[in-house]
Amino acid sequence: MKPAPFAYHAPDSLDEALALLEAHGEDAQILAGGQSLMPMLALRMAAPACLIDINRIASLRRLEETDEALRVGACVRHAELLRHAASVPHWSLVAACLREVAHPGIRNRGTPCGSIALADPAAEAPALAVALDASIHLASRRGERRIAVGDFFLGIYETAREADEMIVAVSFPRPGADWRFGFEEIARRRGDYALAGLCAGLKVVDGRIEQARLVFFGVGDRPMRADEAEAILCGGDPADAQLRARAAEAAMARIEVSGSAEYGVAYKRHLAGVLTGRVLARLAEAGGA
Amino acid sequence: MTAPDPRPGEIGRPRPRAESRRLLAGRGRYASDENRPGQLHACFLRSPHAHAAIHRIDREAALAHPGVAAVLLWEDLASVCKPWRTVSGAFPGLASPTQYPLASGRVAWQGEPVALVLAHSRAVAEDAAELVAVDYEPLPAQADYRSALEPDAVLAHPAMKDNIAWTMDVAAGDVDAAFASAALVVEDEIVFTRHTGVPLEPRTVLAAPDAASGELTVRISHQMPHQLQLHLAEFLDMPMSAVKVSTGDVGGGFGIKMHVYPDEIAICAAARLLGRPVKFVADRIESMIADVHAREHVVRARMAVDGEGMITAFDIRDLHGLGAYSVYPRSSTMETVMALRPIGAAYRYGAWRAHADVILQNKAVTGQYRSVGHPIATTVTERLVDRAARALGRDPLAFRRANYMRPQDMPVTNPAGLRLLDLSHEACLDRLVELIDYDALKAEIEAENANGRLLGLGFAAFVEMTASGTEAYGRAGVKVAAVDTVTLMLEPDGSLKAAASVCEIGQGISQGLRQIIAEGVGLSPDRISLSLGDTATSPHGGGAWASRGAAIGGEAAWGAARRLREEILAAAAALLQCAPDTLDIADGAIVDAAGRERMGLRELAETVYFRGYELPQGVQPQLSVAHSWRRERDAAVPTNGIQASLVEIDAETGLVRCLKHWVVEDCGRIVNPLLVDEQIRGGVAQGIGAALFEACRYDGEGQFVTGTLADYLLPMAGEMPDVVVAHVETPYSGSVIGAKGAGEAGTCGAGAAVLNAINDALARRGASISETPATPELVLRALGRLAPEAEP
Amino acid sequence: MADPGEDESFRDITVRVNGESVRARIPVRLSLVDWLRDHLGLTGSHVGCEHGVCGACTVVVDGTCLRGCLMLAVQADGASVETIEGATQSGRLRALQEAFYARAALQCGFCTPGMLLTAAEFLEGGEAPDRDAIREALSGNYCRCTGYEAIVDAVAAAAHSRER
Repeated sequence: MKPAPFAYHAPDSLDEALALLEAHGEDAQILAGGQSLMPMLALRMAAPACLIDINRIASLRRLEETDEALRVGACVRHAELLRHAASVPHWSLVAACLREVAHPGIRNRGTPCGSIALADPAAEAPALAVALDASIHLASRRGERRIAVGDFFLGIYETAREADEMIVAVSFPRPGADWRFGFEEIARRRGDYALAGLCAGLKVVDGRIEQARLVFFGVGDRPMRADEAEAILCGGDPADAQLRARAAEAAMARIEVSGSAEYGVAYKRHLAGVLTGRVLARLAEAGGA
Repeated sequence: MTAPDPRPGEIGRPRPRAESRRLLAGRGRYASDENRPGQLHACFLRSPHAHAAIHRIDREAALAHPGVAAVLLWEDLASVCKPWRTVSGAFPGLASPTQYPLASGRVAWQGEPVALVLAHSRAVAEDAAELVAVDYEPLPAQADYRSALEPDAVLAHPAMKDNIAWTMDVAAGDVDAAFASAALVVEDEIVFTRHTGVPLEPRTVLAAPDAASGELTVRISHQMPHQLQLHLAEFLDMPMSAVKVSTGDVGGGFGIKMHVYPDEIAICAAARLLGRPVKFVADRIESMIADVHAREHVVRARMAVDGEGMITAFDIRDLHGLGAYSVYPRSSTMETVMALRPIGAAYRYGAWRAHADVILQNKAVTGQYRSVGHPIATTVTERLVDRAARALGRDPLAFRRANYMRPQDMPVTNPAGLRLLDLSHEACLDRLVELIDYDALKAEIEAENANGRLLGLGFAAFVEMTASGTEAYGRAGVKVAAVDTVTLMLEPDGSLKAAASVCEIGQGISQGLRQIIAEGVGLSPDRISLSLGDTATSPHGGGAWASRGAAIGGEAAWGAARRLREEILAAAAALLQCAPDTLDIADGAIVDAAGRERMGLRELAETVYFRGYELPQGVQPQLSVAHSWRRERDAAVPTNGIQASLVEIDAETGLVRCLKHWVVEDCGRIVNPLLVDEQIRGGVAQGIGAALFEACRYDGEGQFVTGTLADYLLPMAGEMPDVVVAHVETPYSGSVIGAKGAGEAGTCGAGAAVLNAINDALARRGASISETPATPELVLRALGRLAPEAEP
Repeated sequence: MADPGEDESFRDITVRVNGESVRARIPVRLSLVDWLRDHLGLTGSHVGCEHGVCGACTVVVDGTCLRGCLMLAVQADGASVETIEGATQSGRLRALQEAFYARAALQCGFCTPGMLLTAAEFLEGGEAPDRDAIREALSGNYCRCTGYEAIVDAVAAAAHSRER
């Protein structure tokens, strides 16, 4: 279980990295935390001709919080973001979510941006990004662009990133105080990829749900928003148990699900309903995750 | 021979393992830590097909790859290595085709080694393996063993007439009459999913030939170097004296590292052929696919109970998935026998009938894994017992107690043919009731369940046949040593140098033997150095299997210690001019009847070694002794115990969590309670793993789908409960120390207790399951929370 | 060391390993743990799965524990690496090692170096060392022998001895 040979580049600057990416295109693979990429290389499920290691680019290691947003550079580790998020109440969802990412040793090295770039449908970070309505900052020699997360995930391991582009950061707009967040995932073992998970946010103004985001992971081929369930919730009272039950029902019935060899579609669908019920029940009272 | 003093001495003392200091410092020496100058690194090209004919193998491109030294096929190895076929008098009619170190014209399981690439690094060997072109003709694969007996079934081996490797048919007593007159018949069909041992250190071998001496030195992660030495000598046509096998530290075995593996033999043959050291370290994927698997069974069993609530008979049918071959040399069918014969062994009953069809499949070879067969037997028995208790409205423990084999019923050979003696079922049950505070726990469970939780408590009484004696394989004509030997020498500084034929694989037998020797001679265990696991220095014997270390190796150690003690005392008496029986050895010194020191061991040893002229004429002290021990009665040493498990089911998700687990077991005289308790706990973890998580799964074409540790779920720290361990000590009556096997008891009963606990919880919702592992989907379906049919 | 295939590319690295500066020329595809073991002879870090699941290869890089199989050796250029050998030498693990010894919290010992380094990071992180938190911290380190209880006990005992 050793990787196939590859050429290795560890540029010091973003410009250099982008030039390499332009030159190698699809033959190149960006190496950030490597916690998903390295196993794929070892298993020879991936055999890129060249690796562009971005860990030496200082600008990508920045974690910046402003009044408007939290900008997480491509080389910020899960553990760093978790530490930051755990220290501020408005990032409760980030903290709750990242706590469930694998194990300490993996969180010390792996990156939220890398997880988003890989777009594993069972991973937490992509769903978190969708739930917080994040923007993805992509850069290439052609320039930088910012893409709404809703347009980013296209399918299993499929995103809107072009071959010559890399994620340089993801920014999470700071949610207002009227947002409540909840999170739960169901896994066989602690730290496993979830059988199903839910990142949920409700904007509650004067006791009414103004906006709802229910984002499932481990259920479909990408982070899946439960549109119908969200629509049912909007305008309602989060404390209304019947409303929550209808939302759970809708999530269960309507969410797009893809089963796996071991866990069938019916089971995943069922879990979507269970998660919706549980998380919304916690959000009935202010506070959340 | 004098028995050890029953008062607390070294035997029975909870000492930490001295050698663990080295492991804690990162100074272990595992096989993969060893390297030889000029060694080649091996990568096996393994079959991607479950079943295929091989028409042609083109290795030119691989050979031309820079850094590649050789690409070997069976036709190359055939000049230095013989193939083998598993034959055993214990399994008459066993049908298992010849096995080769590398495929010979056909592959019969996915992962079977086809070609061996040797290069200057493992990475380069892997590169080159991708360049070997094999012309396979895929053949239909026998992967669904449940239909394997049908007349038109796909054949795992086309040259055979059917897929039956072996059939077992045993009956004793009037089974039909017992069922005809039964007041209650309970039955179940239980599905056990294939799983495997997953020692953390993968199988590793480094074979180094010496052209000058003609010797082959093999460093291997293995449980029984002597057995491997014998087979290597046979296969490679060498004298045993020229084959040196040693293990160093072994990173876990559990039965996985006690078989003859084609890949390991291929490495040794390649080293002989090329005259170069060759190193092979299995990676995790090939470990998962090519280590022996175990325990793929569907058991349909019935139990008859009479009007008095007494169990009268068992009637059992087993379908056992064997894999492509019966493992060499012991035969995978040993699992069949041990999955069936212990059914019902904890109870008095009159009639027993078992039929097993053992099926050849195009899947990995199965073999002995910790507590061989017994977890199946225990699960089947204890499910039936629970079902009967429930049907009769009896408390599950009360029903067990009423039916238990009692001390006054033993010794006995039960209808299944097991020799049972020195068992303590009621005493263990009493201890368990106390340990779990049964009434309070039941009340607590009721209260929690009334609050909407779904908790269940399950029990499993068990009997495990340990420390197999000379009958087990000897009569079958299979060369497996059941005698063990310890050599012991007094060193000039008064310390002892010992060697033993049992092996250390982490279970702590090294510490145990040193404590036995220490007590037998009369000094501290830290004055004893002990070598194990090296055929060049330790005597021929069994190694590590069937929990034999203390029960058999311990007797040899005690015998050697007492012999040496006698020699020391005789020499001392000659020097001190007194009678030997007026002297003793205590704390490393020769003392008189009053306990006064007369001479240190060092002084004695120095006299004998350096100043022999001081000894009287005719005195020739033998300060090096060897002692062998074979048990002269009882084919195996039975042990018993009972386990309890408390589980919680999340009725919405189907997830099962084991909250707490208890074990009361009787392994006879305990040599080191600290280490024995940890053996029990580790064994329980493997039982819980099997009950809740672990599964080797294949698809319909025989493709293995659980090859990574992300797919094959093992219990981790977050999933394991705390395990409370207690003991009843009923010494084995056929040995001096009285120790019985302890290493596998945890695994023997844990899975059964967990499954019963799950079913105790499910019964509250009118549901049950009869399959392991208890996946969340399975549990949820049982609860009726999912449609019975999966969506397409 | 190896006679490489023609595709193999190499790089010179300088790494501080257990406090000593080491220069080496290595194939870029070599993992950190393979380099430490096979080139430097630091065999206390073990290879259990090579896909980041078992934790046996845990080493400390620039102060944090990570999987030695999921980092390339070339990525450690300029970094500081601590292995079980170094952490033993420095005495950083002493309390844990004593507790593991006394509690018999290891059997085959193959997972032990990774367990010790992971546990040390946890204890030094300042989180309250209750049993659940210890289990969570160790949840990525596979042990087939012990069933984990003795390990949890030993970490709790070491935490207690640190407090005193």
